[in-house]
Amino acid sequence: MVLVYAESPKGKFKKSAFEAVTYGHKTAQVLGTQCVALTLGDAENAGQLGQYGASKVVSVGDAALNSFDSQVHAAVIANAAAAVGASVVVISHSSSGKALIGRLAARMDAGSVSAAKAVPTNDGAFKVKTNVFSGKAIAEYQINSDNKVISLMGNAIQPEVTGGDVAVEALTVEVPASRVTIKEVKTVEGTVPLPEAELVVSAGRGMKGPENWGIIEELATTLGATTACSRPVADTGWRPHHEHVGQTGVAVSPNLYIAAGISGAIQHLAGVNSSKIIVVINKDPEAPFFKAADYGVVGDLFEVVPRLNQALKDYNANN
Amino acid sequence: MKLLVCVSKTPETTAKISFSGDNTQFNEAGVNFIMNPYDEWYALVRALELKEKAGGSVTIINVGPKANDTVIRKGLAIGADNAVRIDAAPKSSLFVAKQIAAHAKAEGYDMVFLGKETIDYNGSEVGGMVAELLDQPYVSFATGMEVNGTTATVTREIEGGEEVADIDTPFVLSASKGLAEQRIPNMRGIMMAKRKPLKVVPAIDAVDLAVIAGYELPPAKSAVKLIDPENMDELVRLLHEEAKVI
Repeated sequence: MVLVYAESPKGKFKKSAFEAVTYGHKTAQVLGTQCVALTLGDAENAGQLGQYGASKVVSVGDAALNSFDSQVHAAVIANAAAAVGASVVVISHSSSGKALIGRLAARMDAGSVSAAKAVPTNDGAFKVKTNVFSGKAIAEYQINSDNKVISLMGNAIQPEVTGGDVAVEALTVEVPASRVTIKEVKTVEGTVPLPEAELVVSAGRGMKGPENWGIIEELATTLGATTACSRPVADTGWRPHHEHVGQTGVAVSPNLYIAAGISGAIQHLAGVNSSKIIVVINKDPEAPFFKAADYGVVGDLFEVVPRLNQALKDYNANN
Repeated sequence: MKLLVCVSKTPETTAKISFSGDNTQFNEAGVNFIMNPYDEWYALVRALELKEKAGGSVTIINVGPKANDTVIRKGLAIGADNAVRIDAAPKSSLFVAKQIAAHAKAEGYDMVFLGKETIDYNGSEVGGMVAELLDQPYVSFATGMEVNGTTATVTREIEGGEEVADIDTPFVLSASKGLAEQRIPNMRGIMMAKRKPLKVVPAIDAVDLAVIAGYELPPAKSAVKLIDPENMDELVRLLHEEAKVI
């Protein structure tokens, strides 16, 4: 049995939860077994997880699980896996998932793969691919233990509707007390976090100063994209650190990554080369980023970006 | 306060990545190795700052072969008091975590620090594993920490923002950018590091449950298609019709 933990922050699933259930369903098919989805705390309309391939949904509704503590959540997920007889656990590679994967692997004494980018194969050996060297290479891990824990990279696969809603069963397992007291949660509403973003608009030193970011934000708004930046821009305080994409920042895997005024240092490329399509806008035709780009525009970003924004608005108006 | 900092040795950020042995081994020829930046810049420095303020000791631990001693000595030069190297050639994160946890359990540290990930395997797994094996709370991706007695107030990265929490020692913490500022070792530190104790201990038995079977390089990009900067309608058309991303 494959157990998928479907995160429901503030009681609602995000796309990453549907990706995880789709991944768990496909993993179960590879193993010739079934996929069960698990929700913790509040989870509105949990039965919809059946649409993505869960044969049933089990729910531990304890309100204590509405705030995240890796120690508590890992214990409950492992207890739930034991209760439903699952040896394989799939989670999202979200900030919660990154805190959980190690705990779960240690607790279940399981072989684990972090930030998987493809559905496992099982031709005599169970293998899963993930990015290593910050995206400069791909490793295929072989898991030799019966217990397996996998976290799924955001946007690595798309949710697939294969069926309808399923029943939600309440599950009672031991929920240990948390030893962490959360005092404050500060989140920016209305934007998709970078690791999950399908569309990203990023800018670098070519912007000349933080006061010029309006055109980048306008382009991001038109596209419904998340904004990002290069390391020098974050280091000088032009933009917040959580926007820094690259080897020592965030790794992104969007469908579309638009880079304006970023030369494309190897450390930046490491963070973006899981992007499906890369558009580079730079006035220097020798900028190394063009070698990693699908589409390139050699020109002044202060003219090109507003022009692209207008072209997208025209496109949106006609479609 | 008794503090442990786990450090890893990684290729430097500009290293060219290639493989040998039918793509089953990372090719180390010509690669410069460094201390994993998250371990060095943030985890180690924050631990040193705590020791300087509240007293105690900072121990460095590394799981690896003798070649890792240069990285360990750098940590001692930056200011750690002593070091332990578990003599092994690790192949899996759980193997590494079990070695660290066995040492930490025997020594009883107030806090265990490590970087949020290594820049080679990027797993972000070892911190959570050590915390679970020690049955301690785990603060992942910490960007700030203030300590008052045996209670720490930590700020950590979460999706689209941050969270502030109180946590009592002992605990495990993974360090992200913002937790501290990089320190460059000075000549006195480098000289003193040569005399600081570096204990080499054998590894405990642990099985590798997940190992890398092979590597590949990302598929090469086809040549960039250049678009007339005056004609952004054409770029939008291509993104829609050809790339199908909007």
